[in-house]
Amino acid sequence: MPPLQLMLEGDADVVVTRQFKAPPENVYRAHLEPELICQWMASWPGWTMPVCETDSREGGAFRFEFDGGEEGAFTTTGEYITLTPSSLIVHVERMHMPDPAPDSHCHTTFEASETGTLLTLRMSLPDAETRQGMMDMGIADGMELSYSKLDEIAS
Amino acid sequence: MVMDESVNPRLDRLFSALADSTRRSILMKLTNGDEGVMELAAPFDMSQPAISRHIKVLEAAGLVTRHRQGTHRMCRLAPDALGEIEPWLDIIADRYRSNYNRLDAVLETMKPSQQGDD
Repeated sequence: MPPLQLMLEGDADVVVTRQFKAPPENVYRAHLEPELICQWMASWPGWTMPVCETDSREGGAFRFEFDGGEEGAFTTTGEYITLTPSSLIVHVERMHMPDPAPDSHCHTTFEASETGTLLTLRMSLPDAETRQGMMDMGIADGMELSYSKLDEIAS
Repeated sequence: MVMDESVNPRLDRLFSALADSTRRSILMKLTNGDEGVMELAAPFDMSQPAISRHIKVLEAAGLVTRHRQGTHRMCRLAPDALGEIEPWLDIIADRYRSNYNRLDAVLETMKPSQQGDD
């Protein structure tokens, strides 16, 4: 299985899967604990997360602020719906650019696998039209391109 | 020449034009070929002047061009309309790739024996 896959499912879902070498407990924690999140979620060189707050309880809120200096800044906020330790995170989130975008519903599972953990992130966009818009705008192409590059790098 | 990517009025117009579901729907339709203004307006519960305003925003952003075909006012997707957005799309794509690569590195520092309290 390639390290990362992106699939479209149903009308409005985008599913990303990724294998990790670490056990599910650790991958799960790295999604909830601010001091771990801030080390990996600000993806791009030069970007930081000046604000990374999580109230990791069901019903609790989180706030991630990303700062890219000259490149810009944006904020993601959300709420946790279901938290099953080492196994499942269900949350809603929205980007603020700065106006809030519609909520995406995110369902992340952490399953023990032969190599460590299989992470499956299912993003449910507000409706089929939103996802179609994303795809038609070429986001899917851009992602697939990057993922195939990743395959080359990782293989 | 100063190339400050953060100050780019054209990109500002582009993204504010795209930040509206009606305008995105209009663009989607135009990916299938030219359409008349009347035909573009038909599926929306919106007056034709309102649709025309949306089209003007798309035009100002360089996404759509207008022309006349006989008595019909037609809209066309501008050539390479979305070309300028590609670097931004790459950023979205890269986010997943580099996030999880960085997460690998974070996980390396978390010893399985240190799970829970430590």
